Amino acid sequence: MSTSATPPKSATPRKQIHLAAHFPGVNNTTVWSDPEAGSHVEFSSFVHFARTAERAKFDFLFLAEGLRLREQGGRIYDLDVVGRPDTFTVLTALAAVTERLGLTGTINSTFNEPYEVARQFASLDHLSDGRAAWNVVTSWDAFTGENFRRGGFLPQNERYSRAKEFLATAIELFDSWQGDEIAADKESGTFLRDARAGAFVHKGPHFDIAGQFNVPRSPQGRPVIFQAGDSEEGREFAAAGADAIFSRYSTLKEGQAFYTDVKRRLARYGRTHDQLLILPAATFVLGDTDAEARELAREVRRQQVSGATAIKHLEFVWNRDLSAYDPEGPLPDIDPDLGEHTIARGRAQVRMYRDPLATAREWRELAAANKWSIRDLVVETGNRQSFVGSPATVAETINSFVQTDAADGFILVPHITPGGLDVFADTVVPLLQERGVFRTEYEGTTLRDHLGLAHPDAHSDTDAHSDADAPAGRVAS
Amino acid sequence: MPRASHAPLHLAVALDGAGWHPAAWREPDARPGELFTARYWTGLVTEAERGLLDFVTIDDSLSLQTSRYVGPDERTDQVRGRLDAVLIAARVAPLTRDIGVIPTAVVTHTEPFHLSKAIATLDHVSTGRAGIQVRVSGRADEAAHFGRRTVPGLRVEDLATAAGQPARSTAEQPWVKELFDEAADYVEVLRRLWDSWEDDAEIRDVATGRFIDRDKLHYIDFEGAHFSVKGPSITPRPPQGQPLVAALAHATVPYELVGRSADIGFVTPGGADDARAVLAEIRTAQASAGRADETVHVFGDLVVFLDDDPVAAADRKARLDERAGAEFSSDAHVFTGSPAQLADLLEEWRDAGLTGFRLRPAALPYDLEQITRHLVPELRRRGVFRTAYEASTLRGLLGLPRPANRYAVA
Repeated sequence: MSTSATPPKSATPRKQIHLAAHFPGVNNTTVWSDPEAGSHVEFSSFVHFARTAERAKFDFLFLAEGLRLREQGGRIYDLDVVGRPDTFTVLTALAAVTERLGLTGTINSTFNEPYEVARQFASLDHLSDGRAAWNVVTSWDAFTGENFRRGGFLPQNERYSRAKEFLATAIELFDSWQGDEIAADKESGTFLRDARAGAFVHKGPHFDIAGQFNVPRSPQGRPVIFQAGDSEEGREFAAAGADAIFSRYSTLKEGQAFYTDVKRRLARYGRTHDQLLILPAATFVLGDTDAEARELAREVRRQQVSGATAIKHLEFVWNRDLSAYDPEGPLPDIDPDLGEHTIARGRAQVRMYRDPLATAREWRELAAANKWSIRDLVVETGNRQSFVGSPATVAETINSFVQTDAADGFILVPHITPGGLDVFADTVVPLLQERGVFRTEYEGTTLRDHLGLAHPDAHSDTDAHSDADAPAGRVAS
Repeated sequence: MPRASHAPLHLAVALDGAGWHPAAWREPDARPGELFTARYWTGLVTEAERGLLDFVTIDDSLSLQTSRYVGPDERTDQVRGRLDAVLIAARVAPLTRDIGVIPTAVVTHTEPFHLSKAIATLDHVSTGRAGIQVRVSGRADEAAHFGRRTVPGLRVEDLATAAGQPARSTAEQPWVKELFDEAADYVEVLRRLWDSWEDDAEIRDVATGRFIDRDKLHYIDFEGAHFSVKGPSITPRPPQGQPLVAALAHATVPYELVGRSADIGFVTPGGADDARAVLAEIRTAQASAGRADETVHVFGDLVVFLDDDPVAAADRKARLDERAGAEFSSDAHVFTGSPAQLADLLEEWRDAGLTGFRLRPAALPYDLEQITRHLVPELRRRGVFRTAYEASTLRGLLGLPRPANRYAVA
């Protein structure tokens, strides 16, 4: 990689770690009941979180998306954090209170239109001096569609075809300005060098649009593109054009398998190994000692999984109303309902249990063998934190994951808003810096600089990375 | 010498590009190379705040600027290109403290759910200073950028009677009326979504494990001719409860939109009598919408060229016109003169019933600084403008109460 902050201390060049901070979201990983937990909506929480990430020289801040409040059993789900701000608005506001931190927003391709999303990302990139990134996701359900003009009309197999065409169209719009059109020459009276700046025509099955894009080329040319899907199609989509993958494989073996698989696909598209970063989501619990951290981690998991939460979690698999069951009692004897999933809506999680009968059987056996109640089972099997230990242990683990190609870095999700990142910034980051595997200062100004990604206008030969910060896309100033 | 005290004037500025004159970007102090930077917009809004103005608006459109009504003009001698106005507002909000920020958004091609949460969030990041100017797009070229609907688009023959603006007959064609009806539905959805969370919905009740009281979240179940939206919003109720909704209006159909849906109407009278006539239409529309007891501000829009010496202002306009190759025309009254002369005119129009003014600086930053550094002190000498910000929200500055939530049980 080209981003090494300081000369490596050992003779062998070491991979530089990329770190990002995921603002805690509406999952039960977020502990809202802790006395330290603050607002998930007030801007001051975002400012605190972003400034901590920037103080620690993180690559970027990450926001997830959810466009309909979750429901379970026909009612709004009330056990986890509910509510979040608009992604573009809060990221752009954060650009005012940070200087270098990248700003990554998850924006789906189902309930948006390319012209509008392209101008929002191009505007964010201008207003942040080149720090914007777009995590492109697809939405699957008519449930979310009920909040939008379009409704939920997309069959599952068209989600990716729309997503691909959406992204391709947005890139055509970003590229409709080359970067040198604005002369702004007062003397000659030439503002635009080219009257057709921004001209585009796109005709495809999902989008048939033409005209002129009205945002000049932004500092990064285009936002950095993230992809988050894990299916075969999702991996291929990422290999073909994404700059980074937000993956869920935070264990060593799974991480290495995913990493190898996706990086192997790059050659097919004429891309090199370092043109696609693999950044899994990861949670952490830190203690003064490993034992203390393990104890704390257990406590956190019990905070995350109340009795009521455990029952709701079981309902994802059983697809039945289990509210009559005692969370401190044994698992249900009845089998899951294999019909269409109706119990939990607005949640990607339910799709992870592809064989509910097998999962139920396995959970019953586990519970019986360990004498676990429903709550014990959910605490023990779900949401185990990725990194638990003393700062030294966590720093070493993260480094070894990166050096052994299980990841290029991590997107860290603290469980407390907004202060949960502070301890990581204060204790783990300095240790990574001492090891020479994490920057001590930002070397560049744009997110592409931080991630070691070439500007899209740079030549695509292997030397391009050294020119990654060339301001080829900036408008005249 | 202060005169007898009148109702205070509300004063806003409309920001767009390098100013409202097409040659403004060539002025010596213009910064056309910075139009796409945060620094530029922060500087302008900070200057407006220094003048204690009520709010700024930030213009927007979903196409390149054009000198024609019917489509792009392919001109290269004027400012072309712009950033998303809601995001400009979000970028400047944390760096200002008191001034309201009202970006423009086109409602014809966008999702009310997205815009509602964006403005709610702007209200959160500005702690209660947000509004939105809704804009209808009847242009075929903007529709083609989305490819989801066709609009007949304005035709050249519709403009036969236009003197710098589309003829009233155009604005009253059925398809235009339909776009405005859709805009009214859109605003209804914005407003319902802002109320879809009661203020005390978040309870964090550790004993029962409940983060929210879901009885205080509400489906809005909006169903209209153009869209239906279920709700609730994903964003909690904004600090102002209801951020302000504004609209620019030149004819009966848009006056009706102001009367039934807006908190602030921007109108473009040519004189005090015209202002009275426009106000009468809006107040009638407001009453028919059952809102007679609500405050709907009606602000007069004026393009201003200001210099202490009125001759200098006129000369400046003449010089800009010459550079542009045509005499400047606008939908709004074009004023050239001294700040004192403008203050006289504003007082006269205020007496006709306008509650405030939105000034469109002909050139930026020049005419903005004339407003904040010369017009404002002049108005203050006359006892008709604030000497300090008296409230911490935009509603507060405009004398509007924080509304009760339509879904809350009293």
